[in-house]
Amino acid sequence: MVIEVVRAGALTTVQDLGRPGYAHLGVPRSGALDAPALRLANRLVGNPEECAGLETTVTGCAIRLVDAGTVAVTGVDAPVRAAGRPADPGRPLAIPAGGLVEVGPARTGVRSYLAVAGGIAVEPVLGSRATDTLSGLGPAPLRDGDTLPTGPVTSAPAPVDFVPWPAPSTMVDLPIRLGPRDDWFTDEAIARLLGTTYTVTPVSNRVGARLAGVALPRAKVGELPSEGIVLGAVQVPADGQPLIFLADHPTTGGYPVIGVVADVARLAQARPGTTVRFHGPQR
Amino acid sequence: MRVRRVGEHGLLLDCVDAGQVETWRAELWRRRAAGELDAVEIVPAARTVLLDGVPDPAATATSIARWSPQPVIETTTGNSPEVAIPTAYDGADLPEIAAFWGTTVEAAVERLTSIEFRVAFCGFAPGFAYLTGLPEQWTVPRLATPRPKVPAGSVALAGAYAGIYPTASPGGWRLVGRTEVTLFDVHRDPPARLVPGARVRLVRAS
Repeated sequence: MVIEVVRAGALTTVQDLGRPGYAHLGVPRSGALDAPALRLANRLVGNPEECAGLETTVTGCAIRLVDAGTVAVTGVDAPVRAAGRPADPGRPLAIPAGGLVEVGPARTGVRSYLAVAGGIAVEPVLGSRATDTLSGLGPAPLRDGDTLPTGPVTSAPAPVDFVPWPAPSTMVDLPIRLGPRDDWFTDEAIARLLGTTYTVTPVSNRVGARLAGVALPRAKVGELPSEGIVLGAVQVPADGQPLIFLADHPTTGGYPVIGVVADVARLAQARPGTTVRFHGPQR
Repeated sequence: MRVRRVGEHGLLLDCVDAGQVETWRAELWRRRAAGELDAVEIVPAARTVLLDGVPDPAATATSIARWSPQPVIETTTGNSPEVAIPTAYDGADLPEIAAFWGTTVEAAVERLTSIEFRVAFCGFAPGFAYLTGLPEQWTVPRLATPRPKVPAGSVALAGAYAGIYPTASPGGWRLVGRTEVTLFDVHRDPPARLVPGARVRLVRAS
């Protein structure tokens, strides 16, 4: 089966759970920024969780199903229309042949996930169909008029009638484990990180969420030799403003990582201006 | 070597020098292949080896503390084959590099072809290998202003490293030449031509 991209929106990409296992060759993990939302969308349409779906950015997207099929939209609170009628996100939607699926602009949050029964079946690259915006691996971001193949439907849609939605939040709480380079920072820096709030800035993208707030002063001068980076690493460049790495992060980097946050999905849905509060053990 | 925790599922082996990094990288890859280590990623870098996707980092850290890897001893008949990269030595920065070294362009090329490099680690872009082996007195500074576009296949130097741009990108390394070799191909296994631990010679292109 095939879907047609009617309206690609600001940045709509194909995403699955990424291409782990190649970081030693400089290949980013990539994959859905809000992975729980993609997994849920897949479960709703009866797909294995690792199937590829679409990730939209703020403005949503619209697709047409050439043949009848099932879709589900998750991630953020956004208006959904299925074959011309208002429809609920967070549940399987039966779409007739030629039917349009429209995901409107997000009312809260950033990224919607649209799963199609059978999954988006573009050719995998190194085991993943994800678009990697840093290195350019995987399919290019979608454009109006693109067509995408979908795979065989393996099971019926999930009999789900209720999906809990997180309340819209202007404050994101992020548990953080300090290290591996917290010793590059002063006690004052750790106290500021854990005791003040930061704001998500508009220059955030799939590579990382850039924050603004009180600068985090270093205890050591000089440059850290480049070292491996993990998802959720809170890197502090020379200007002292933290950057939290998301799925398309580079595999190595030369700025010290003061700590690592475990839950990047909520951060991936945090709009510019959202307040971020770190929680962790005091030094 | 000191082991540091990285988030909920990572460990960072903080090594004393690049030699210890290579020793631990080889040991950890071997242990993982033998089923003695569970990690999704083992990523060497300049002074560290990162383990990520480790189910039980505390237990793995305890195991690592018990292991005492032997330095990788290699001869020309050793276990990692030497990769020859045919290089046309016509880089824009070659005269300047020769000047840094106080020698002629021809002698600079002679030096570069005489070195057996080793892939210390990859990063920056898929398939971009940081090659060590340049003697300390031959290091060259990065360009003050990076070039907006360095062509794919450019062979370049920066600091103590040599590297080859797998794809066209901005770059601040000094260009010594170029190669036709494809450095990254997603249809190959492994996709990178130069993998950590590989020995490399930048031979003259015929």
